[in-house]
Amino acid sequence: MRLIDIFTTASGNMFRSKLRTTLTIVAIFIGSFTLTLTSGLGTGISSYIDKQVGNLGGKDVLIVQPIGQGPGSDSGPKAYDPAKKTSATAFGTTTTALTDSDITKIKSVSGIRSVEPNFVVVTDYIVGPNGKKYQVSANPYVSGTKVELATGDQVSNDVSERQALLPVDYVPALGFANNEAVVGKSVTLGVTDGNGKQHQITAALKGVQQKGLTNSGGMNTNEALTQEIYRTQSLGLPKAVTNNYQALLAKFDANASPGQITHLKDELKKKGYAAKTIEDQIGTFKAVISGIIAVLNAFAVIALLAASFGIINTLLMSVQERTKEIGLMKAMGMGGGRIFLLFSTEAVLLGFWGSLIGVGVAEVVGRVANHIVTTTFLKDLPGLQLLTFPPISILAIMGLVMGIALLAGTLPATRAARQSPIDSLRYE
Amino acid sequence: MPQPALIELKSVSKDYTIGDETLHALANVSLSIKPGEFIAITGPSGSGKSTLANIIGGLDKPDSGSVEVEGADLAKAGDRQLSVYRNKHIGFVFQAFNLQPTYTALENVMLPLVLAGAGGKERKARAQECLNDVGLADRMSHRPTQLSGGQRQRVSIARALANKPSIIIADEPTGNLDSAKGREIMTLLAGLNKQGITLIIITHDMEVAKQASRVLSIHDGAVKEGRS
Ligand SMILES: Nc1ncnc2c1ncn2[C@@H]1O[C@H](COP(=O)(O)OP(=O)(O)O)[C@@H](O)[C@H]1O
Ligand SMILES: [Mg+2]
Repeated sequence: MRLIDIFTTASGNMFRSKLRTTLTIVAIFIGSFTLTLTSGLGTGISSYIDKQVGNLGGKDVLIVQPIGQGPGSDSGPKAYDPAKKTSATAFGTTTTALTDSDITKIKSVSGIRSVEPNFVVVTDYIVGPNGKKYQVSANPYVSGTKVELATGDQVSNDVSERQALLPVDYVPALGFANNEAVVGKSVTLGVTDGNGKQHQITAALKGVQQKGLTNSGGMNTNEALTQEIYRTQSLGLPKAVTNNYQALLAKFDANASPGQITHLKDELKKKGYAAKTIEDQIGTFKAVISGIIAVLNAFAVIALLAASFGIINTLLMSVQERTKEIGLMKAMGMGGGRIFLLFSTEAVLLGFWGSLIGVGVAEVVGRVANHIVTTTFLKDLPGLQLLTFPPISILAIMGLVMGIALLAGTLPATRAARQSPIDSLRYE
Repeated sequence: MPQPALIELKSVSKDYTIGDETLHALANVSLSIKPGEFIAITGPSGSGKSTLANIIGGLDKPDSGSVEVEGADLAKAGDRQLSVYRNKHIGFVFQAFNLQPTYTALENVMLPLVLAGAGGKERKARAQECLNDVGLADRMSHRPTQLSGGQRQRVSIARALANKPSIIIADEPTGNLDSAKGREIMTLLAGLNKQGITLIIITHDMEVAKQASRVLSIHDGAVKEGRS
């Protein structure tokens, strides 16, 4: 028997019992639909995170801190060392501070181009054309970062002008007519120094920044502005305090390979520093998301396994019903192998139709959901595609479903293939 | 000079055990079938007629003994070899017709050709030819339920002829038909034998047995030549 004839026969047999076949396909559909949605969600979210990480730039930056720092370190209580100073962080924990001598030490590691302190700057308020004061936090801008802009340009760390980007929700609050009206204007920032005296610093606005995962609210300040805020807030503080840093930013060659980056981290580790790239930091977050998606996918696969019992059941019933027919086919010279193939093909076809409808409907639902979500409660995250369906994963899902169907078909197909033709023909 | 045998059965036995009783469906049967013979197998119900026919047709295997066809032993053949043997050499005609109810007469006759791997045009042409030979040229697209008993048996004979078998095995082909229709079917089968096809017919009917060139009678699995 030709393969094409097996295929058309299986296809025809499948719809002999329309209701039963339809119900089985519905079960497979539910499983495939769920799996497509959960995997689409996984792809959508992680590609959004990747894009955000890409926007971060700073791919050539290591954030360097002393080893064993921060909560969750596994080294237990550390002995007090008078040579190591501590500094208070925004999180209230006491950390070992880094000093100018650490900068020199890290600079000496081959492959490190430059080392800068990671300034923690604190601003009291921001005020614009309408004179109303609002609280604001400052994010020192990292060169190369592509902050998502509603309008205007990125700030530059290579100029002496003090520049900033205004978060989009400050535009109306500060009294600007619209986003375009912001570019080229200036705002005033309030900063308190070490003696408790408040100073005012003027910043030029280069653009309006969108909300995103990685810049949740803080205004981006260029190096000139950051330095000025830091200098102002340090006024009146002893030099021993102002030259203590919580973390250092070490730059390396932007074209470094992952292996070279690992090597750099190892070198720094030998000297007693923990170094992380920005991607490493986001990676933890991504791992949590992937974990959640994996659990959702597992539920979808369980639904598919349940559906596979529907396939087994349907095919066992049709083997039973077609006992006589199978006997006749055998008497006319159809071998056990071909009978097996016939029923396996039917199983795969059930899987094919169920998964095809499943991924199809999931795509439509996904598009509609994307549209609703990105125009309503997640509209502040431009560029977010909550559900993405790359063709390769659609094909993989269909392949998986058909594979499961094929496995489910083995039991009924084996039973049909082993049926004795005489017993089948005698069957009334 | 004696003609070489088409099929040679040597000491063929087949037993069924039900509970602790052993039933000899075939007991040490040896027989030789020559090409072109018309053999009638008679005997009471349950004597082993169908068992013998099924073993000759490669549908069943003996517990012991050999069934030689063209130098090969069917008793030792695998599923694939037996399938090819049934498809190419044997045409079965059953008492209950065993037609596919969802198929037309033409599609039913095309089935063995499909199984043989024949192409679309070829299978249709051959199936039409066979239906024509059994006098059903005008019933090609009828379904079994739209045909009379005699017509249904003609369709099943056309189906048996499709792959030009060397042997036709008919297990009580007239059992479900009235005597007039039964005679028509017998005339048709006897005509095929005259064209050279070896014919093995199982029957209770002595009128049918009379037309045969050789009669075998079975009692409790033992075969005797001639009418009992
Ligand atoms: N699968 C089976 N299991 C048990 N007994 C069987 C089986 N097939 C046939 N028999 C027995 O073998 C004997 C011969 O059967 P069969 O060849 O069909 O007889 P018949 O001459 O009526 O065609 C009968 O007694 C029947 O009951
Ligand atoms: Mg019988």
